[in-house]
Amino acid sequence: MSRRKLRSKILAHAALVPFLVFALFPFYHMTLTSLKTDRELYDRAAAPLLIRQGVTFEHYTKLLWDTSFLTWTKNSLLVTVLSTAISLVIGTIAAYALARLKFFAVGSFGTGIFVTYLVPTSLLFLPLAQIVNWLGLGDSKWALVVTYPTFLVPFCTWLLMGYFRTVPKEVEECAMVDGATRVQALLRIVLPIAVPGLVCAALFAFTLSWNEFIYALTFTSSSEEITASVGVTTELIRGDSYFWGSLMGGAVLGSVPIVVLYVFFLDYYVSGLTAGALK
Amino acid sequence: MAVGNVGVVAAARPPLRVRIRELLDRERVLGPLFITPALILIVLLVAYPFCVALYFSVSNAFIGRPSHFVGLKNFINLWESDAFRQTFQNAFVFTGTAVACKLVLGISLALLLNQQLWFKRLIRGAVLLPWVIPTALSTLGWWWMFNSLYSVVNWTGIALGLMEPPGPNWLGQKYYAMTAVVVVNVWRGLPFFAITILAGLVSIPRELYEAAEADGAGPVTRFWYITLPLLKPVLAVVVLFSTIFTFSDFNIVYVLTHGGPINSTHLFATLSRQVGLESGRIGEGAAISLYLFPVLVLVVYAQLKFVRKQTY
Repeated sequence: MSRRKLRSKILAHAALVPFLVFALFPFYHMTLTSLKTDRELYDRAAAPLLIRQGVTFEHYTKLLWDTSFLTWTKNSLLVTVLSTAISLVIGTIAAYALARLKFFAVGSFGTGIFVTYLVPTSLLFLPLAQIVNWLGLGDSKWALVVTYPTFLVPFCTWLLMGYFRTVPKEVEECAMVDGATRVQALLRIVLPIAVPGLVCAALFAFTLSWNEFIYALTFTSSSEEITASVGVTTELIRGDSYFWGSLMGGAVLGSVPIVVLYVFFLDYYVSGLTAGALK
Repeated sequence: MAVGNVGVVAAARPPLRVRIRELLDRERVLGPLFITPALILIVLLVAYPFCVALYFSVSNAFIGRPSHFVGLKNFINLWESDAFRQTFQNAFVFTGTAVACKLVLGISLALLLNQQLWFKRLIRGAVLLPWVIPTALSTLGWWWMFNSLYSVVNWTGIALGLMEPPGPNWLGQKYYAMTAVVVVNVWRGLPFFAITILAGLVSIPRELYEAAEADGAGPVTRFWYITLPLLKPVLAVVVLFSTIFTFSDFNIVYVLTHGGPINSTHLFATLSRQVGLESGRIGEGAAISLYLFPVLVLVVYAQLKFVRKQTY
């Protein structure tokens, strides 16, 4: 019996290997490429799967000192942190209202949020580009701070509604019987209980806005305003043809903030992913 | 204690403050107040742009020029253009193939992840990774892997004897380019399928399997008559979600092929950008992106009608 179990366990691991290779190989290859010398990189006789002729950091130093990569990263951070914070506040109060309060048209507003959550960014980027220009935010990172909440708020609201519904009503009612107002009950009782949900919403909002591409590509273009994803995919490709090392370096470094968060909060990512779709 | 204090202080304050506080305690006041910011945002930056898109699509808007109403001319022009007809076809081929692959691979991967594993957390973490990394950046990695001269895919294929040297020019040949785009989309979307389906698998009561096993049902029978029927709601949600986001995909095609070679990988989003921004024909570009709308309506309808029936 236990031998059969062990055998099936080993089989399951073996069957997982192709999936893991598929998932991880691109990252391995990107990192490897960014650490290779140009000589080895463009040597067609060399095996691309290994580094044989020594590790170099020249692609990274070139990226950091000869390009505006640091500015792009700063822009990404600014846009991401601000739009995440704004969306979290707006999403939290909207989610609380939708999950707990009874008022006119609450049901249809909930449906509206859900529909907005499904609207793809690629449907609206053309008219939004015009609106951004009318607002005087053309080619400015502030355009991103203003527009990112359009997809972050529905997401946060949807996710947090689920969390608020799991907080027992009685806890809140107790506080209100003791003389707390509803707003106080929200701030002191409900929010502390819903902290895991808030962390989850913040993580996802951060990830979604860090990864956003089409709005950033459309609304900003000058080197001082673009985000890391846009900078790496547009500015690093121009000009000289031997750019693969620093291009892969840019792709690796541009992913670092997300990877760091991911390593520390893996379980939140897993639960948020399923909650966002299933709740 | 703290709560009691607040009550005493409030009574001593001027009546206006008390009245505001009492108003805020009414659900009919606080509720609308709390959703107002979200509502303003959605009206100004989602609903209004959508109306602008509708207007653009029936106008001859061009960057930096006043626009006039032209009726359905943009839509008619589109159907006469080869690029658009090709895009229309691509969108369905791309979405159909990618979603089907993600579904089959996602179920398989979820079943594997549901087994007794040694490094459960680590393996889950690795599987989910492609989903959290910025798509535009990870797609650059794939772009390099499919490079015509230095493709590591071809190098490996040739080394294993699976390909004739020099191997396919992935991004330069029609069907290979579509394959490449689908592969990257599957790579990126698979974690979402696997992890969500896994959550569905975990929620299936163990007793059902034990009862079936006692009745002599083999693994295939159990999968077919217990797992699959009970997974159906989860699968429906995942497929619907993925359909809308795959259909409207932009990043992968933009970075990997720019829609080429000869429009063979263009999707609505990428063609819309090329026509609307790079060529400046905003009206036509808006008309193209509006083709995403019927699919959105279908998905929303299906979600509300069949999937969310229980909750609302």
